[in-house]
Amino acid sequence: MNAPVMLRMTSVTRVHGQGAAEVHALRGVDLEVRMGELVAVMGPSGSGKSTLLNLAGGLDTPTSGTVTVGRDDVGTLDAKARARLRRKHVGYVFQDLNLVPALTALENVTLPLELDGSSARRARAKATAALATVGLDDLADRFPDDMSGGQAQRVAIARALVGPRRLVLADEPTGALDSVTGEAVMRVLRQRVDAGAAGLLVTHDARHAAWADRIVFLRDGVVIDSTGAAAGPDSLLHRAVRA
Amino acid sequence: MSVRQGFLALLSERPMHGYQLRQEFEARTGGTWPLNIGQAYTTLQRLQRDGLVAPVPDDDEGPERFRLTDAGRAEADAWWLRPVERRAPARDELAIKLALAVTVQPEGHGVDVAAVVQHQRTESLRALRDYTLLKRDAGDDPDGLAWSLVLDSLVFAVEAEVRWLDHVESTVAQAAARRDTPPVTEPVEPAPSDARRSGPDQLARRVRGGAR
Repeated sequence: MNAPVMLRMTSVTRVHGQGAAEVHALRGVDLEVRMGELVAVMGPSGSGKSTLLNLAGGLDTPTSGTVTVGRDDVGTLDAKARARLRRKHVGYVFQDLNLVPALTALENVTLPLELDGSSARRARAKATAALATVGLDDLADRFPDDMSGGQAQRVAIARALVGPRRLVLADEPTGALDSVTGEAVMRVLRQRVDAGAAGLLVTHDARHAAWADRIVFLRDGVVIDSTGAAAGPDSLLHRAVRA
Repeated sequence: MSVRQGFLALLSERPMHGYQLRQEFEARTGGTWPLNIGQAYTTLQRLQRDGLVAPVPDDDEGPERFRLTDAGRAEADAWWLRPVERRAPARDELAIKLALAVTVQPEGHGVDVAAVVQHQRTESLRALRDYTLLKRDAGDDPDGLAWSLVLDSLVFAVEAEVRWLDHVESTVAQAAARRDTPPVTEPVEPAPSDARRSGPDQLARRVRGGAR
């Protein structure tokens, strides 16, 4: 049952600023997300959740330790290579401002593929398939403003995992939605991860974190605890308990 | 727990015997509140004693079936719109534990409230995840909907517990921070003409004075 590891963080620290203004955002974090696995990160404001997500997506590099996405060690890549890594492997779902308002749902999903050099026709075919996986093939020609919040988030999930992308990073994706719509979005995210993606979800909402296989708690830049799933003896739970 | 009201609601659909009632009750609440057959028959006897149900007359075969009397039907209808009363809080081990954790001083060391909260939160979230797993498998048919709503009720209750634990954690942390920074207690006699300017201004002056 051990699926390949899509995201691996080993002894990751991240220090912002210098001298007296030094802030240790992360202090020795170990984390693994396998294909087919959804991991939620919870913790109070300022605990390092955003830094963790930025590192996972190659938007930032660690001060020490390693972050590996697929086979790439993010810390050794230059900015250009990290941008390529993000385009190819990583998708984001934010609380809002996810979609380009001037583009239709289909065009929004097509965008990352075209940026990555796919032909328009091939990108269109893949994007259409991606929209179907989130149950929105009917709304391909709608603009974001003509969709509900839940529909827009499902488009964002389709886009995050279109083409070869296998790592979805979600930052409060249900934040602005009511409870039923939020649950529907979590259900779609869960299905896409079950279909073989790896997901890292940052949320304040315990009810939505409960859709994850594991929940990791950060406080002051340290993983203080983790709920285990049936992740086997290598799971973070065991490590956290032994630590 | 209102098995009694549940039976009246079920009998408003059709007459049933005890075993059927038990089965229906469990099926429609997703097996969350299992009943033993003894409970089912005792409940039926009490409903009959109170004149809310009566045996179906001239029912030849099988175990005795019961139907609602007029009074039973009225009670079944009234139940839907009668709010469930919040009873006096049950003795909640978790609330008691936390209340004691912030006050008890075992010899030699205090209780690590943050650790108490964290251990509980992990356990609560594990329960939350298990309920959510069950919810993922709940279907869209009427039975699935009923089951899914029962699960939601458990999910929201655990969520409330987690939020309360978060609240306990930050309240305790804030109280500790206040203890560590003692307030400026030096008495300052306000000049009568200064009365209007007491409050923040004065505090600011005192703080600035102290910094010099």
